[in-house]
Amino acid sequence: MAKRVGMEVSIAAAEAVGLADVDVIAAYPITPQTHIVEHLSELVASGHLDAEFVPVESEHSAMSCCVGSSAAGARTFTSTSSQGYALMSEICYIAASLRLPIVMVTANRALSAPISIWNDHADLMMARDTGWIQTVAENGQEVVDLIFHAFRVAEDHRVLLPVMVNLDGFILSHVIEPILLPDRQEVEAYLPPYVPRLRLDPKSPVSIGPVGMPDVYTEAKKVHDEVLKGSRLVIEEAWDDFEAKFGRRYRAVETYRAEDAETLLITMGSISETAMTAVDALREQGKKVGLTRIRLWRPFPAQDLFDAVKGARQLVVVDRAMNLNSICGPVCGEIKSVLFDRHHAPYVKNYIAGLGGRDVTVQNFTEMVEGAELSARRGDPMGYELINLKE
Amino acid sequence: MAKETGIVSWKDLELGISIHRPGSAGELRTGDWRSSRAVTDFDKCIKCGRCYIFCPDMVYSRNDKGYYEQNYYYCKGCGICASECPVDAITMVQEGD
Repeated sequence: MAKRVGMEVSIAAAEAVGLADVDVIAAYPITPQTHIVEHLSELVASGHLDAEFVPVESEHSAMSCCVGSSAAGARTFTSTSSQGYALMSEICYIAASLRLPIVMVTANRALSAPISIWNDHADLMMARDTGWIQTVAENGQEVVDLIFHAFRVAEDHRVLLPVMVNLDGFILSHVIEPILLPDRQEVEAYLPPYVPRLRLDPKSPVSIGPVGMPDVYTEAKKVHDEVLKGSRLVIEEAWDDFEAKFGRRYRAVETYRAEDAETLLITMGSISETAMTAVDALREQGKKVGLTRIRLWRPFPAQDLFDAVKGARQLVVVDRAMNLNSICGPVCGEIKSVLFDRHHAPYVKNYIAGLGGRDVTVQNFTEMVEGAELSARRGDPMGYELINLKE
Repeated sequence: MAKETGIVSWKDLELGISIHRPGSAGELRTGDWRSSRAVTDFDKCIKCGRCYIFCPDMVYSRNDKGYYEQNYYYCKGCGICASECPVDAITMVQEGD
């Protein structure tokens, strides 16, 4: 039976990867890194986990090693953050297009300069167009649950794509939370052993990763796009079965007190829990405010998002990354596209918040809601604004 | 993969664009790019085989008499063979002339 224990979320993530009976972990062990791979290396070294731990010399090599091990048919895991992800990113595109079901946990952190080790979503957004599935956790339990889900979805023969599980760096990765860790039998019942559809085998040779001339590259991108789109069905099935087996329910887009909301906050990641507290406070003042939280970033749940926000008059989209000098932040840009495609035009205010580890408080959310309502009443142009900025 | 070209419906691509038949690249008609082709003067040829060794594709093969003959299915017209030939037996002839 599962037991609830107080545990640092990074350690819990490592324990979850161990419970998933991973075969190979390749990781760069130095900054930017978390206790996730440190604890995995301890589990391997102490004999608690029968896996290969490959401490490589860079994140570029980490993902390259993962590509090789996954192509050889091994259940493969890595983890990184920020600059490490940036160095790794070249190979991340390759892992996805070669359809290798690698699972990576990314403790989301800011990209330099200035040098920052703190939390924001710059790395998450950098990963956006790699063709990986991306899920986002709001708390430690979700990190654990989404890791099991990630392996199950990635390795499903209808998908065979890598999955990135995102959690906010420090705010989640270094915090001790009560975690319900299932036992191995429960995980095995949910996550069957990985059966590769394609693997490097001298007895049955295949070439993986050949050149794609102009007459095939477009078709290769099309099939990747279709598979990513089609993965949504498997993602849902795996969440349905997760609920049946573990009793916790996950959805691509989740809402909080949103039914009759006139002003709706839209968030992604751990700040969603702060936003819920703000919504409660604003509701107590009689304001019709609700919250929509994005859990699945890729494949992008456009219709779910539209259904969740279509009743609101004002949308307050909170981005934790900045598209420098774009129309708005990356989450807001997606939402505006969803609305435009469906000829729906509420007032959309975009706030950029929590960059490089700056706290986003309940007070900040209250200011955002009030600021958006004021802008909507005045008919201000719908731009983006940095919250909590020192002028 | 279709023969001669890589053109294939996205629905028929192998998983991860992998290739399952060893040597299938031999079916690709790389000779359709060339603007000039290598032609050997067998009166000058000394059968050294440098054209065969240096050819980046699969153009040259040795015949019964020991001469190296071209298979234009593959010849891209790069001219490396003509450049390497020690007795200038190979000339590049403009296609369409």
